[in-house]
Amino acid sequence: MEKTLDTKYTYTEKSDTRSGFGDGLVEAGRKNPNVVGLCADLIGSLKMGAFQKEFPERFFQVGIAEANMMGLAAGMTINGKIPFTGTFANFSTGRVYDQIRQSIAYSDKNVKICASHAGLTLGEDGATHQILEDLGMMKMLPNMTVINPCDYNQTKAATLAIAEYHGPVYLRFGRPKWPIFTPSDQKFEIGKAWKMIEGTDVTIFATGHLVWEAVVAEAMLREEGISAEVINIHTIKPLDTQAILESVAKTGCCVSAEEHQYNGGLGDSIAQTLIRNSPAPQEFIGVDDSFGESGKPEDLLEKYGLNAENIVKAAKKAIGRK
Amino acid sequence: MEKLTTEQLQKTASQVRRDILRMVHEVQSGHPGASLGCTEFFVALYFNQLNHNSEFSMEGKGEDLFFLSNGHISPVWYSVLARSGYFDLEELKTFRKINSRVQGHPATEEGLPGIRIASGSLGQGLSVAIGAAQAKKIDGDKGIVYALMGDGEQQEGQIWEAAMYAPHHKVDNLIATIDFNRQQIDGPTAVVMDLDDLKAKWEAFGWQVIETVKGNDMASVVEGLEKAKALLGNGKPVLNLLHTEMGFGVDFMVGTHKWHGIAPSDEQLENALGQLEESLGDY
Repeated sequence: MEKTLDTKYTYTEKSDTRSGFGDGLVEAGRKNPNVVGLCADLIGSLKMGAFQKEFPERFFQVGIAEANMMGLAAGMTINGKIPFTGTFANFSTGRVYDQIRQSIAYSDKNVKICASHAGLTLGEDGATHQILEDLGMMKMLPNMTVINPCDYNQTKAATLAIAEYHGPVYLRFGRPKWPIFTPSDQKFEIGKAWKMIEGTDVTIFATGHLVWEAVVAEAMLREEGISAEVINIHTIKPLDTQAILESVAKTGCCVSAEEHQYNGGLGDSIAQTLIRNSPAPQEFIGVDDSFGESGKPEDLLEKYGLNAENIVKAAKKAIGRK
Repeated sequence: MEKLTTEQLQKTASQVRRDILRMVHEVQSGHPGASLGCTEFFVALYFNQLNHNSEFSMEGKGEDLFFLSNGHISPVWYSVLARSGYFDLEELKTFRKINSRVQGHPATEEGLPGIRIASGSLGQGLSVAIGAAQAKKIDGDKGIVYALMGDGEQQEGQIWEAAMYAPHHKVDNLIATIDFNRQQIDGPTAVVMDLDDLKAKWEAFGWQVIETVKGNDMASVVEGLEKAKALLGNGKPVLNLLHTEMGFGVDFMVGTHKWHGIAPSDEQLENALGQLEESLGDY
């Protein structure tokens, strides 16, 4: 269906965002000898094998011991190392929340918490692994920067950018092969939203995999004569509130789209921004206070209302509330 | 820093105990019991063993580093840091008060010199120390990394994740000490959650374990730390099982968990201070 649409961004190949992380990490390792990698028995899943192979003396297999991994990483920062921890998003956050809170966030350590297999698009493994609460948990921590890039290229660029930024970062990415629709030479600016498509009737603020769904939704809306603006919010925290307010001042309403619970996610942060400044109708695309389940990624996105068709419906609803 | 003799260390310990009691009394809050129990260890470490610089740098390159995992015994650490010159002694008056760098539990947020990581939520410090030790190894830094844990803290799962990791990765520039006072908040460890046999447990995980049987005897504590140091560099980390008495130095506080986290009254303070020589002058 999307093939026949005239989307403003197109793709010729798909790849997983986790590979963008893996390839970015190797490059970061070449640029800076202080970059070190730690992994909790998921080297293949996190695509950290290339880094391990090229820099064995800077790579640490931790085993299935995520709490210890967070502490080790915090300790390694003390003489200037830049540790990148790798495990699934579930085990990168909820499982080790207190370790991150005390040893990394409160202690303001330069640890990069790199989290794969986030959200419903993990697919068949089901709800135990499909974390939908991680953005909320991480954005609540003072000192923490929270980033959720949208495709292979953006994830690679983000990985390189966080290596150069000093401070704790949560970098969230995923498992499925996903369209590569952003340029390979993009400059990733932490905290700076990217206006991908200009529009006038409604703004779609999307993060992670759902940025592609937003691009598709824009084309579908355009066919119906509705002009949507699409803004890629790769950095959930610090949030680019200026970009949000400027866009909504123009369009008068918005939709937030994320692979996360309504509670605590990007939509919450946008709503808070609007309410404090200039309230406007907002519709939420996300998971409504439920766990996920097993299934194919695209089927799950459809069932839980997280695809382009649902963004279109939400956009029309938001416009109707103006 | 010049190494103090055993006699000088003992005198320092008496003053540090006074500091602990006065800090906790002033704010009627804090943890005197294990602070008093670990006083010989802290004094021996900072005034005899540690290669450190009170002109504090977070990175501490070339220095030995110390990490406190059981952060609630902050009073003893603060006293020793201040008396080592990391910050002004007068700042001890601000312990646990608002707008202070001397927080209830050690923290980096306010920038108190000498502290490299926050602690208080138990079980995390050993992992941090191992990470710091590995980072030193990468850099060819010969500094030693020290960690202190509580014995009750051995009930945390993360401790054993770390215990398994360090020997596997041959982290042999690390000396971890356990304050083995056999007391925790709810009572004796043997009643709350039995730890025995701690020595066998750590040995089974691949550590070289030494026992400092008289953890409140200054010469024994120094000897234990020397012995631990001699075991470094052979592919295995070292665990120092430091037998102490909670509340040591004050007759009505010793050997009980009752003084884990309560402050002495005015009368109790006077009684306690009467038992401890003001060897270096109160702050």
